[in-house]
Amino acid sequence: MSLTADQIRQVAHLARLELKPEMTDAYARQLSNIMAMVGQLSNADTANVSPMAHPLDMHQRLRLDAVTAPNLREAFQAIAPATENGLYLVPKVIE
Amino acid sequence: MHKLSIKQLSEGLRAKQFSSRELTQFYLERISRYEPSLNSLITTTAERALAQADAADAAIAAGNAGPLTGVPLIQKDIFCTRGVRTSCASKMLDRFISPYDATIVEKLDAAGMPMLGKANMDEFAMGSSNETSWYGAVKNPWDLERVPGGSSGGSVAAVAAGLAPVATATDTGGSIRQPAALTNLTGIKPTYGRVSRYGMIAFASSLDQAGVVARSAEDAAVVLQAMSGFDPRDSTSVDRPVDDYVAALDRPIKGLRIGLPKEYFADGLAPSSRQRIEQAIEVFKTLGATFTEVSLPNSPLSVPTYYVVAPAEASSNLSRFDGVRYGHRSESARTLEEIYKRSRGEGFGAEVQRRIMIGTYVLSHGYYDAYYLQAQKVRRLIFDDFKRAFESCDLLLGPTATDVAFKLGTNVDDPVAMYLNDIYTIAANLAGIPAMSLSCGFVDGLPVGMQLMGNFFDEARMLNAAHQYQQATDFHRQLPKGFE
Repeated sequence: MSLTADQIRQVAHLARLELKPEMTDAYARQLSNIMAMVGQLSNADTANVSPMAHPLDMHQRLRLDAVTAPNLREAFQAIAPATENGLYLVPKVIE
Repeated sequence: MHKLSIKQLSEGLRAKQFSSRELTQFYLERISRYEPSLNSLITTTAERALAQADAADAAIAAGNAGPLTGVPLIQKDIFCTRGVRTSCASKMLDRFISPYDATIVEKLDAAGMPMLGKANMDEFAMGSSNETSWYGAVKNPWDLERVPGGSSGGSVAAVAAGLAPVATATDTGGSIRQPAALTNLTGIKPTYGRVSRYGMIAFASSLDQAGVVARSAEDAAVVLQAMSGFDPRDSTSVDRPVDDYVAALDRPIKGLRIGLPKEYFADGLAPSSRQRIEQAIEVFKTLGATFTEVSLPNSPLSVPTYYVVAPAEASSNLSRFDGVRYGHRSESARTLEEIYKRSRGEGFGAEVQRRIMIGTYVLSHGYYDAYYLQAQKVRRLIFDDFKRAFESCDLLLGPTATDVAFKLGTNVDDPVAMYLNDIYTIAANLAGIPAMSLSCGFVDGLPVGMQLMGNFFDEARMLNAAHQYQQATDFHRQLPKGFE
């Protein structure tokens, strides 16, 4: 499995990462090596094996529908890059 | 004072041989003296520690002291601490002051342990050498030119150098055990779900588990006891009583059945490390343990499985860092998309970017079945291997790492070589079982670790076996030269 620089740019776009242009080739080489290592998985016989997403066989717990968490909006927004009147600010999206 | 066990420190505090303030100051002084050569801490919290020490002294005077009251610790910088920078060793969170406490921070604060500081680590816990930290590499106190292991490299370097009696750590693929092995410490990763993950910055949620690094199994047991237990704020926390780890330590281990996975002793393990582990097996035999060979046939697939599952989960978890609500925001961004892309491009280091991209790739359309689904199926095979092995034995024993600590810079440009460091530790995370590392000797002055793995929720039996071994040996009492 070999990844090209173009594929790296596409994956980076999907992950919303702006890569330094000089890193693209190194990433392509390193990710190709990693995917080659990962490729060993295709040799495993997994017919009739059910996928395992999680080590514990547990169900999502339910709780009473009661207010338990206090409103901490001010504390949470105090660490935001930009806020105004309780809202998070970002550049204009809709013209 | 830094050579005393937690039990001895606790007895000294109660007998008024020293106060918690004096003890805390003693460690803060060691931190200012030795930290420049180690880089094991990202933040030192002297004021907070001394205030907690005074409260501990008041509790001791009032007769309200528990076994940990007044004994200082270091928290890995992956645990949110209210009012204190919680960086996860990333530029992304360099200015993040957490608005809340992780559950284990709450618990260990309530146990009366003054927090000396926040330990350095690999960025977002992604690494096996502590070289991916935005705050620079951590040095191994046993040889300052070598790595302390990772990702909990700061936690182990600080405890090994006697800058704190104990530290918290986390383990997603070996991040407690491998660094403990490389620094002569005892490190335990409990069963998945045993310790709350609330407030622990997520890397791979089905694998992440918090634990402890200490200088002995006895010290680890008493701190793990205080950290463990059900937490309704963590949806994967297990609602089940916690065993009495401390009470179990002194049981004789005669008749303990220990399995030796043959795949863990194949080529790839340094002969000198193998020899130290074989000597440890002889010690266990004199204590009455019996040994049988077992097979974990799918263990060679654990590293490839992990490097699909962990990056997949990481790419999802780290999508929360968007430059909008908290964390780094690029100053040059002019559109919303630029805020996302540039903040993440500038805020994440190379290893984190690599893992986000692998995760995005294996989850993308057309590759999901071949990689992610296949990895989840192989994960089941690895899990079944352990289930079968524990039918005929109580614990498994093998190496923690392939060799002693390597030199700084050895694997930084070769991610696959770096990943293979965790070949013996990853399977326990994939299966969810508890595992620990403890020292079994030295090669050319560098520590060698051995790993014990247990069945689900069998922490007490593992700690018991480790403690009995440490009663018969004194490797774990050795301190690195220059830090005595």
